[in-house]
Amino acid sequence: MIEVRDLKKGFGDVEVLKGLTTSFDKGKTNLIIGQSGSGKTVFIKSMLGLFRPDSGKILYDGICYSDLDFEDQRAIREKIGMVFQGSALFDSMTVEENIMFPLQMFTKMKKGEMRERANIVIDRVNLENANHKLPSEISGGMQKRVAIARAIVNNPKYLFCDEPNSGLDPHTATVIDNLIQEITEEFNITTIINTHDMNSVMEIGEKIVFLKEGHLAWEGDKTQIFKTDNEEVTNFVYSSNLFKMVRKAQNSQ
Amino acid sequence: MTYLHDIGKYFLMIKETFVKPTKGKVLRVLIFKEIDDLIIGSLGIVAFISFFVGGVVAIQTALNLTNPIIPKQLIGFASRQSVILEFAPTFLSIIMAGKVGSFITSSIGTMRVTEQIDALEVMGINSLNYLVFPKIVAMCFYPFVIAIAMFLGILGAYIAAVYGGFTTADQFLTGLKDDFIPFHIVYAFLKTFIFSFLLATIPSFHGFYMRGGALEVGKASTTSFVWTSVAIIVTNYFITQMLLS
Ligand SMILES: Nc1ncnc2c1ncn2[C@@H]1O[C@H](COP(=O)(O)OP(=O)(O)O)[C@@H](O)[C@H]1O
Ligand SMILES: [Mg+2]
Repeated sequence: MIEVRDLKKGFGDVEVLKGLTTSFDKGKTNLIIGQSGSGKTVFIKSMLGLFRPDSGKILYDGICYSDLDFEDQRAIREKIGMVFQGSALFDSMTVEENIMFPLQMFTKMKKGEMRERANIVIDRVNLENANHKLPSEISGGMQKRVAIARAIVNNPKYLFCDEPNSGLDPHTATVIDNLIQEITEEFNITTIINTHDMNSVMEIGEKIVFLKEGHLAWEGDKTQIFKTDNEEVTNFVYSSNLFKMVRKAQNSQ
Repeated sequence: MTYLHDIGKYFLMIKETFVKPTKGKVLRVLIFKEIDDLIIGSLGIVAFISFFVGGVVAIQTALNLTNPIIPKQLIGFASRQSVILEFAPTFLSIIMAGKVGSFITSSIGTMRVTEQIDALEVMGINSLNYLVFPKIVAMCFYPFVIAIAMFLGILGAYIAAVYGGFTTADQFLTGLKDDFIPFHIVYAFLKTFIFSFLLATIPSFHGFYMRGGALEVGKASTTSFVWTSVAIIVTNYFITQMLLS
């Protein structure tokens, strides 16, 4: 479980996160939703320690991340997997090398063991015949799979995904969403996903945190989100015509 | 004000580069890769430029030696002095600020905008050590490149002067050995060594702390070239002032 207490983060004079308090449960897919620019990426990166929060606390299963020194922070990072928005694969390394990289950094495994472990997760994310290709030689959907494989190769306890299905076609996006959810349940991970995609909300929104201009405007799950009267949430949810039609149909029943 | 702030940030970056090192095995591979990219990859262009500019220096000196009282061996002497003191260490370092420098800025900058640096950090890596330290180590071999440049520059001068019919081989070689001050070599390599550090770190700074997208990577490379050149020229001035005058 990850708890966030009164997290604030700004850049210069601009306050991006204006005091967020929430928690993310283990074994669930926790979604952070909100418009572009609402601060989702800054939120995730502050939790990861990539941005130093201006104030507030982040607790990983009760341990406050920012109180730790580099070595102890490293011990927590060993348990974190992150899927970046653009996949962030190392472009000078092959797919297999990318996936083996966290093992190389965190473990004392031999090359053979690392390769074996890498190939287990490569199978898990259904990546076929790509081991020796470079990231630039595979499709966006495949890159996402590699990024997920790299994030889970070291058996993380916490998995972060920044808009994992942005730039993917609707079918591939759903496949990736479901893959993340399966992995979350299978390995009992605390998963946090940034998204502005309502399809993901409907598919995998076990817990949803709605961000609006750096405030936490609403919390709930995927059934509650379609029933709430919170205007900020409904404006976001029903901004697409498809969902407006769904609501109309529901209301006329 | 922002300049002072950036200079402070630059020195903090250098400090951070040398702490919390990456695993030795990984670092070794990275260092060899950087030697290949930064040093071996520069040899061709350095050799080409040195040889021909050395030749031009000799021809220019010869053509301006119209006074018959001045001995022809001055051609060898002047070529040696200009190649060893300024052309090879300083002029080539400016060219390297363009070649090696923009390569460093754009490769680190691309890693920044595509979040690869964040990915390194999430894996518990000190990304400055991972990215910049191998470049500093690789650039320690840069003085060898300059040594080659000196040799080829003088060779170019010799060939242009002797085969161009401006002087005889004997005269050129006598001039080459005339009034040779060993300290000049120390001076030239000392400053080369400092330039190599600037060439590795200033472009890294501009790549590492950039924000934005592909367009900004291009801009950062240009800015990095300007500042690396300025730093080299200013450092050159002060070192020369301190050591030679
Ligand atoms: N490194 C940074 N420096 C300054 N401002 C930033 C930085 N990163 C993000 N921001 C600003 O923070 C706000 C929120 O951005 P972000 O978290 O990326 O939004 P989202 O991921 O929800 O689309 C934006 O206005 C953005 O300009
Ligand atoms: Mg974002």
